[in-house]
Amino acid sequence: MRKVSSFNLLAIVLGVAFLYLPIVILVIYSFNASRLVAVWGGWSTHWYAELVDDAALLGSAFISIRVALVSASAATLLGTLAALALDRLGSFRGRLVFASMIYAPLVMPEVITGLSLLLLFVAVAIDRGFWTVAVAHTTMAMCFVTVIVQSRLVGFDMSLEEAAMDLGAPPLRTFVAVTLPLILPAIAAAWMLAFALSLDDLVIASFTTGPGATTLPIRIYSEVRLGVKPEMNAVCSIMIAVVGIVVLAASLLAKLAAARGAPARP
Amino acid sequence: MNGQPKRSLAQKLVVGIPYAWLIAFFLVPFLIVLKISLSQTAIAQPPYTPVLELAAGWHGVKNFFAGLSLDNYVLLGSDPLYLLSYVKSLEIAAFSTLILLVIGYPIAYGIARTPRRLQAVLVLLVVLPFWTSFLIRIYAWMNILQRDGPLNQVLMALHIVREPPVWLATDTAIYIGIVYSYLPFMVLPLYATLEKLDESLIEAAADLGCPRWKIFWLVTLPLSSPGLLAGVLLCFIPIVGEFVIPDLLGGPQTPMIGQTIWTEFFGNKDWPTAAAVAVALVCLLVTPIVVFQQQAMRAADRS
Repeated sequence: MRKVSSFNLLAIVLGVAFLYLPIVILVIYSFNASRLVAVWGGWSTHWYAELVDDAALLGSAFISIRVALVSASAATLLGTLAALALDRLGSFRGRLVFASMIYAPLVMPEVITGLSLLLLFVAVAIDRGFWTVAVAHTTMAMCFVTVIVQSRLVGFDMSLEEAAMDLGAPPLRTFVAVTLPLILPAIAAAWMLAFALSLDDLVIASFTTGPGATTLPIRIYSEVRLGVKPEMNAVCSIMIAVVGIVVLAASLLAKLAAARGAPARP
Repeated sequence: MNGQPKRSLAQKLVVGIPYAWLIAFFLVPFLIVLKISLSQTAIAQPPYTPVLELAAGWHGVKNFFAGLSLDNYVLLGSDPLYLLSYVKSLEIAAFSTLILLVIGYPIAYGIARTPRRLQAVLVLLVVLPFWTSFLIRIYAWMNILQRDGPLNQVLMALHIVREPPVWLATDTAIYIGIVYSYLPFMVLPLYATLEKLDESLIEAAADLGCPRWKIFWLVTLPLSSPGLLAGVLLCFIPIVGEFVIPDLLGGPQTPMIGQTIWTEFFGNKDWPTAAAVAVALVCLLVTPIVVFQQQAMRAADRS
């Protein structure tokens, strides 16, 4: 019944090639022994070896990872609560305002989010640095978490919760024993997305950072804005590899969890 | 369990904590931007006046309100630099969203027609680049598009061009970067609706002798409109405020509005003007943002 025409196939192949070719080219060039792009100097791991000595870069990477860990965890907590509120508590006072504040940041240009948070931090006279970036990233990422967790809650079999309640489990117990395990894959996926968003962000971090909290994207941006550098090719390739492995592993885990978990949904 | 008149403490906390967070870090900052956009630049810390001095009591509050003015907005209207910047941003966002739609629709449609098992793999393939850093993906294009880069090497080798064309620092490069970065945002919502499309409707139209292009125009396209709208909004709104792509791939011509805010803020240190540019941008985007919110809410409520 389902027929894949050659046009469908062509669109998919071209689309996937378009998405991956630039990344493949970047990785290949990171192994170019020559500093010049026009010259292929043979395969070499020279640029990778040089990174090990770059203390500033490694320091930034460390800061970025710490910010991402903190903000992804906070965003997952806040976003999951928000998803539960939107999905389970029916209509409460201020629901519309609440929902608007959840969905607006998803599309809000980063420049505006960054600027407004910076002006807040200035207004309350907080020293900017690690924590201001972490708070900013939490705010940005929690809305994505809400959307992901909510989409899981919507497709949720309510009879499971009702059964637990009928058998006398108090609400909190029901949540921990029944609801949480079932939405855990979504929460894990949301945490990873929040982590990736934080690790990736340049604009919001640039506005909200302070001395001593230069994140990796800020460092990379200041290096590359004047042109291509082979060292940066190597940094970017490493980041691509790490993210690729983590995402693949996570999607395999999610598949395993889904196969082992609740009866398959239609 | 819905509609209970009395809420338990736990339920109050479930709403209250994220609500308080969003008010503190999304709503209040916005109001501060609005307020600063009505202030004047000053060589001080913070670099604007008036500053609300609650310690001075009622007098302080009165001074504060007397000091507010619309001067920054008058500046936005009178200096063509800002107007041109807004126009350019809207133009680039509109055209690139159209390009994204034309490229993204066949991909989403193609994926939706493949066998189920393959669909999951293809969706993962489309999503995967989205996980790698935005900055890195734009940087990858700086590699490709530079004068001696792979694109020009290929074009020269194939004798398509004699002189290496300039790609970087042009609007073409901005379009390439935007289409590349936002493609997953267009494909995924389209795929989500196309995948649920009832194929018997298409078969019925075909059985009744409807030509294929007409089936697409009369059946497929209207039925996929929720995903289409979501994809368009998900791309258009952030593209208008885009900073990284035009900054790294674009040239010194008219900046996009995201770049203008950035320069006013980091370059000119003119916070009130930057705030006014930002407020005007939000006003410009308020309609699409509200439409997007309603769409998202409806999608979330549809179980």
